[in-house]
Amino acid sequence: MSSPDLSKFAATSGTSGTPRIVFEDVEKRFGKNVVLNGLGFEVAKGERVTLIGPSGSGKTTILRLLMTLEELSGGYIYVDGEPLTHKKADNGKRTALRPKEVALIRRRIGMVFQQFNLFPNMSVIENIIEAPVHVLGQSKEEARSKAQSLLDQVGLGDRGDEHPTRLSGGQQQRVAIARALAMEPEILLLDEVTSALDPELVGDVLGVLRDVANTTDITMLLVTHEMQFARDVSHRVMMFDEGHIIEESAPDAMFSNPQHERTKKFLQAIL
Amino acid sequence: MHWDWSIARDALPVMLKAFFEVTLVVTVVASILSALLGLIWAIGLREMPGALSKVLAFVLSLLRNTPIPLQLLIAAYAIVQPTGWLSHTSSLAQYQHRLIIIGIVVFALQYSTYMAESYRGGIESIRSGQWEAATALSLPRRRTWQAVIVPQAMRAALPSLGNWAIAMFKDTPYLIAISVPEMVSQAQDIGGNNFSYIEVMTIAGLIFLVASYPTAILMRTLEKKLVY
Repeated sequence: MSSPDLSKFAATSGTSGTPRIVFEDVEKRFGKNVVLNGLGFEVAKGERVTLIGPSGSGKTTILRLLMTLEELSGGYIYVDGEPLTHKKADNGKRTALRPKEVALIRRRIGMVFQQFNLFPNMSVIENIIEAPVHVLGQSKEEARSKAQSLLDQVGLGDRGDEHPTRLSGGQQQRVAIARALAMEPEILLLDEVTSALDPELVGDVLGVLRDVANTTDITMLLVTHEMQFARDVSHRVMMFDEGHIIEESAPDAMFSNPQHERTKKFLQAIL
Repeated sequence: MHWDWSIARDALPVMLKAFFEVTLVVTVVASILSALLGLIWAIGLREMPGALSKVLAFVLSLLRNTPIPLQLLIAAYAIVQPTGWLSHTSSLAQYQHRLIIIGIVVFALQYSTYMAESYRGGIESIRSGQWEAATALSLPRRRTWQAVIVPQAMRAALPSLGNWAIAMFKDTPYLIAISVPEMVSQAQDIGGNNFSYIEVMTIAGLIFLVASYPTAILMRTLEKKLVY
């Protein structure tokens, strides 16, 4: 885990310095279906932003583009001022970066998925140390002891040797969070991480994430339907509709006094 | 038809020897080779650039769609014979040894094409979330195959790989085509010398049954145990 608690009052958007994330004129098409078109926004270092909006509004696509799970159809994404997948060449042409260049920047980003996606052929602890050992080059002992403290942190300190399939959904998701944190990411993407869970298991997972939010300065992008959670942990909420940001503000303002008609309707429907 | 126990008694040791020294050796060695090659083909088909992967797919389908006896004859007499490797032997044993090696190569290649299909099914059965998690952890492609995809694909493919190995075992009498002294050809020789085939062929059938039935049961148990 990186340095504790700098973040409670950390950056909101617009603070000085290079933004952690920049979307510039981003376009994403799936065949003829245009999901994002000319999308631009910035996220400051340490900022936690919740993306809300009806399904199909492009929220998850934004996370998947950042994680390089989808290919950008147009525009640019910058992380700490560096291009993620495409750059403007000197002649102004848009060129794709080589996979090795992409891989270097991608290391700063971690993601937790709706379906956990733990590796079933590995034990819990093996899931967590796999990337630290084989990507960051940590020794097994070092990675193991870090993994153990992460497991303690998510309340699963005694389950390291089990296989993920023997855990409940909520426990699997907490392992997935530990696995993502083991890479010491600067940016953590949370894609509907409680949507696949039974209601009684949601609380533990959100508790772990609250803890992460309160004790680290990791920049977070969240897609979630847990509005109370979004309100508690995020600095800013962005409301999406058809690939565009139609409204953004601090969570209190967004939830108690939405301006846009679409936002009002959306919040009424889900709250 | 008359059953002669003395023929059976004399034939059994010879046939068992041929079984253990040829039939079993060819099956085990060729099974291991074809399981390795099949995995390489399956990964190659997915990872190689489009044109290369099409060439590989074409070669595999050529192998898959031609009969094994024909491949054995081509390998032994059209490809290896002209090199002189088969004729420059110091003894009959060495000559037969080399024929067995040719047999192993042909069986390994042929069955690797089937096993590649089993692996392909196994690989395709892995949910995309596994690949995505590997990307999210920045695992290199090679490591993703090695640590995430192959172990899971292997589990999914294992029952079918086992079935192919058993099928190969039952195909070994095709080695008669290139005069490899495997068990059935030995049986045929003994039968011919005694003008009676019933004993030797019954024994051959029983040996095949005794060897493959437990293997099939073992595979089925393994299959059940492989659930995560």
